[in-house]
This record gives sequence, C-alpha cells and structure tokens, in this order.
Amino acid sequence: MSSSLSEAEKTRLLEDLREKVDKAEKSVVIEIDKSMVRRFAQAIEDPNPLWQDEEYAKRTGSGGILVPPEFFCTSMMSGGGCRPEVPLPYDRILDGGGDWEFLLPVEAGDTITSSSKLVELREKQGKSGKMLFLTFETLHKNQRNELVAKSRGVTINLE
Amino acid sequence: MTSQLFFENVVVGMEIGPLVKHPTSRQLVKWAGASEDFYEIHYDKDFALSTGLPAPIVHGRLKAAFLGQLMTDWAGEKGVVRKLSCTYRGMDLVGEDVICKGRVTQKYFADGANCIECEIWTENQKGERTTPGSAIVVLPSRG
Repeated sequence: MSSSLSEAEKTRLLEDLREKVDKAEKSVVIEIDKSMVRRFAQAIEDPNPLWQDEEYAKRTGSGGILVPPEFFCTSMMSGGGCRPEVPLPYDRILDGGGDWEFLLPVEAGDTITSSSKLVELREKQGKSGKMLFLTFETLHKNQRNELVAKSRGVTINLE
Repeated sequence: MTSQLFFENVVVGMEIGPLVKHPTSRQLVKWAGASEDFYEIHYDKDFALSTGLPAPIVHGRLKAAFLGQLMTDWAGEKGVVRKLSCTYRGMDLVGEDVICKGRVTQKYFADGANCIECEIWTENQKGERTTPGSAIVVLPSRG
C-alpha cells in the first residue's frame, strides 16, 4: 500500500506521537444497561443465562444481570472509542491484542468510567517498512469509584 | 449449566474446550453493533477485497470474547475469570470455523485464592493457532 504522506510529514507526526507517551489521556463514561449486555451475549452466541436472564442471575446472589468479563474486550470499553486520539504517521493500523484483568463483578446498571492513556511506544524496522507498537492502558471504575477492571491493548501502525 | 468444577478436580495438562464457533457475516454485523467496531473489512465484502483481503475477516476482539466464553463456561457459576490475554496473530475469514481451546499450565494458592493458569487459543480448521493467549481463573474448593 502506498503511503499518503510525505517523508517530512511522517517524521513530524512520529515526533508528535513520541511527545504523547504518558501524556495523551481520555475518559469515557458508559452506563451498561441490560439491553447492551443481552445484545453482546447474543452477538457472541453465548447462551449463559447469567448474562441474559435477570431472575436467574438474582438467584445466584447477584443484583441483576451480570456483565460477562469479556464485555471489556469490546472496542466500546477498551478500544478505539475510549482511547485518546494520537497522530499516526503510517497508513495501516492493526489491532495487536490485549490483556484484561477483572477485579470486581460488574452488573447491568453499573456506570463505568474508563480512563485510557498511551503508556508505551515501541519503534521497529520491519521487512516492508517501519512498525510502531502503541500500548494503551485503561482503568475501569464503577459508580462507587471502585477499580473493577484493567485493560491493556496494542495498536500496530505499519508503513 | 454444567456442574461446577472444583479446584481439587483440576490437574496440570487438563484440556479445556473445544468451543467451536462458526462466524457468519450476520454474526460479524451483530458484533460490530454490540461492540461499536464498524471497520468495514469485517462486513463489507467489496471493501475487504479492495484492501487485498480474500474475504471479510473476523474481528480480533470477537475472538478474544469467544475465548472469554470458553473460560466462563469452564469456570462455572462459582468460578471467576481473573485475567484474559491474547494476541491477534493470524486472520480468520468469515464462514470458517474458529475453534477455541485451552490447557491448564499451573495450579496454585495465592492471596487466599485457588488460581488456575491456562494457555488458551483459537485455531482454524487447519489447526493453526490464530489467537494465542492465556487466562487465570479462580475456582472454588470442594472444601
């Protein structure tokens, strides 16, 4: 794929990006309602009643429908939508992977504040051009200001 | 639901799964909406082909969620999934099976919890691991 930017522009964007490490931050507040959780469970085709049947979930001691841990794997909770915008010098962007830690149960009706930061930038020379690995870290707190989950994700930007 | 798994019943080397998924374009659209990832390479065939892909590809994060389901199923209602990690190493194309599997690598007691560490992955029909990762699950004791 040919690049849309000149070498000088790429260099300038890369310098701007380096400046953003440990600085670029963003917070997003999301109220996780029942229908979001059901839609999520239906999308992955997970029939577990804990994520869809309120009465069933209450019988297990929960206050309502539980939010499956992997709900935090969505873009909405730990990806593009909740990350600070940073300058990317190259055209191709790939999702490299992630780590998620689940510290406390989350129930439908909880309001989660997700605060993300660019914590690391690694630069490599690949076979077909330069490669950047950007690591974003996100802390997820509930309405009682308890840390419920932590996410780390890697975005790859390729020349 | 299946019966509860207990810490005492788990041995290192024990296999987890398989959980077999067959992502269709309908499922990728549902995931796009539920997760708010609307990148067209996952559901617009013309767009996917124009970027050089042979077909729309399965979202990496959908495969992470499949692995989450593998582990919440295995841990049962009284088990807790503490950690999930994975890397999106290889592409999976729409219409091809995504097979989720795992294997217990460690078992220990730490900070008052019965911890089980596992390697987890998705593989394609050729047996290639496209999403390798790991998980930590806390299980109840038969007590």
